[in-house]
Amino acid sequence: MTVTELVSYDEALASYDPVMGLEVHVELGTRTKMFCGCSTELGAEANSQVCPTCLGLPGALPVVNKAGVESAIRIGLALNCSIADWCRFARKNYFYPDMPKNFQTSQYDEPIAFDGYLDVQLEDGEVFRVEIERAHMEEDTGKSTHVGGATGRIHGASHSLLDYNRAGIPLIEIVTKPIVGAGERAPEVAKAYVAELRELIKALGVSEARMEMGQMRCDVNLSLRPKGTEKFGTRSETKNVNSLRSVERAARFEIQRHAAVLSSGGTIIQETRHFHEDTGSTTSGRVKEEAEDYRYFPEPDLVPVAPSREWVEELRATLPELPRVRRMRLREEWGISAHEMQSVLNAGAVDPIVATVEAGAPADQARKWWMGELARRANEDGVELTALAITPEQVARICALVAEGSLNDKLARQTIEGVLAGEGTPDEVVEKRGLKIVSDEGALGKAVDEAIAGNPDVAEKIRGGKVQAAGALVGAVMKATRGQADAARARQMILERLGVEG
Amino acid sequence: MPGISREEVAHLAKLARLELKDEELDHFATQLDDIIGAVAAVSDVADEDVPPTSHPLPLTNVMRQDEVTESLTPQQALSGAPAQEQQRFKVPQILGEES
Repeated sequence: MTVTELVSYDEALASYDPVMGLEVHVELGTRTKMFCGCSTELGAEANSQVCPTCLGLPGALPVVNKAGVESAIRIGLALNCSIADWCRFARKNYFYPDMPKNFQTSQYDEPIAFDGYLDVQLEDGEVFRVEIERAHMEEDTGKSTHVGGATGRIHGASHSLLDYNRAGIPLIEIVTKPIVGAGERAPEVAKAYVAELRELIKALGVSEARMEMGQMRCDVNLSLRPKGTEKFGTRSETKNVNSLRSVERAARFEIQRHAAVLSSGGTIIQETRHFHEDTGSTTSGRVKEEAEDYRYFPEPDLVPVAPSREWVEELRATLPELPRVRRMRLREEWGISAHEMQSVLNAGAVDPIVATVEAGAPADQARKWWMGELARRANEDGVELTALAITPEQVARICALVAEGSLNDKLARQTIEGVLAGEGTPDEVVEKRGLKIVSDEGALGKAVDEAIAGNPDVAEKIRGGKVQAAGALVGAVMKATRGQADAARARQMILERLGVEG
Repeated sequence: MPGISREEVAHLAKLARLELKDEELDHFATQLDDIIGAVAAVSDVADEDVPPTSHPLPLTNVMRQDEVTESLTPQQALSGAPAQEQQRFKVPQILGEES
């Protein structure tokens, strides 16, 4: 393996202009596979969700999953694509054990959706339009386990084991046109595009698009051309970059690597590269086979798909509000800045906040808890917000308890802690932990009397008209009640007892 | 003139993971070239009004509902496998030492 000296990012961008192409594979959430009725349920025992069709046994005939085609069309429409009125599947021939048929059923020169775009918003609010070349239907491969080599890698393995449960699960491959003009922001655009696409896929309900589970995978194709020139350089294809952060890092690394090779007079080889999460670098994979080596030809066992215009329009009517439009609407409704909205999005808090507001909480309160205490906890535990053991309804209930004066912020935080610890609903936690604000005259009156008695100097000042000194006595009351006093009521009682008008 | 060269046959054999001897390459290249030449005669009679045909029947949109059907059992699925391990198909080393 040759180690390439990188050039600095700024130096690379001073001489070269990056051109990117992004290919994203989305595993659809259909109940069955693309060409047979085998279940797609996760976690089944090995080779228990296979049949003659997805195993490629002689004589088996595939039949297209209607839900898969519908999902493909809806994705195409949401990406502002044209939908083909007639298209075919094709066989992509290759010999590799992950595909028992020795070909992958895909689409070649007749994708179901083509010529669209997706507008993505960068962190500072700038909107960048990414043009979409095509979205086509295909199928996933089986899962290989490599045995005998170090750390389960294919290199040095003595043999491999194949589980074909995943073989045949519907995939939609979404390919951008060359992304030009992003300049130094290319890695950022790549990340924002994949993030926006993921939001879109989730909003459509066609997949959960969880990158960490391989339900969405990205290939980053990148080339550099000398600044001021038109012709694209030779590209590298970094495969299976499986987190948003990695997409950005992979693009950045490849810009620096290409620049180093080119500026030292070398040439870039068109090849597949692998991204390594630990180092943020890429290494060479196999040299790319020529496209014609796949010997694509129309799949004779599947008849053409010809979506009627009526069907396409019916599906268009099912499209949800697009994520970027929805975010703009919510931002308006919540009265927050673009920057604040971006933070909410980055924290994965949009849906939890919306659900909390729907459960009756004011937007500012919902946002405060999800972006504050709960985001902190999720961050500490290294999980998504939605994975926390608290529901939006429970957060709304806590907001209501604060609003009615039964809890203050400190007690609310303790209530959240209790709910997260599995101690029950907010009301149960308040009850069990005895968190209710102390506002009954008896207990609070006693604490007030003690505060006055313990601070005669302060009491004297207040009697003399220095009303603002009451704060010190309220502080003493709060301390005595371990923060559980109703501060406003305590202040009122202090002033009453000292005979002063608030 | 359509046809296929010996080099192209060798390339296809490699892609298809077929090990062919030199004399087999000669033999198949000649045969395949003859076959392709014979099939190419169709192009001579097909005018522009005859589009290439991938599907002889005028059918489109044959689809099934997204409903789960019964799969094979793992034992059935693996019954034809030359080798198996941990309920999985066992295959020889995938990458050679050149990788």
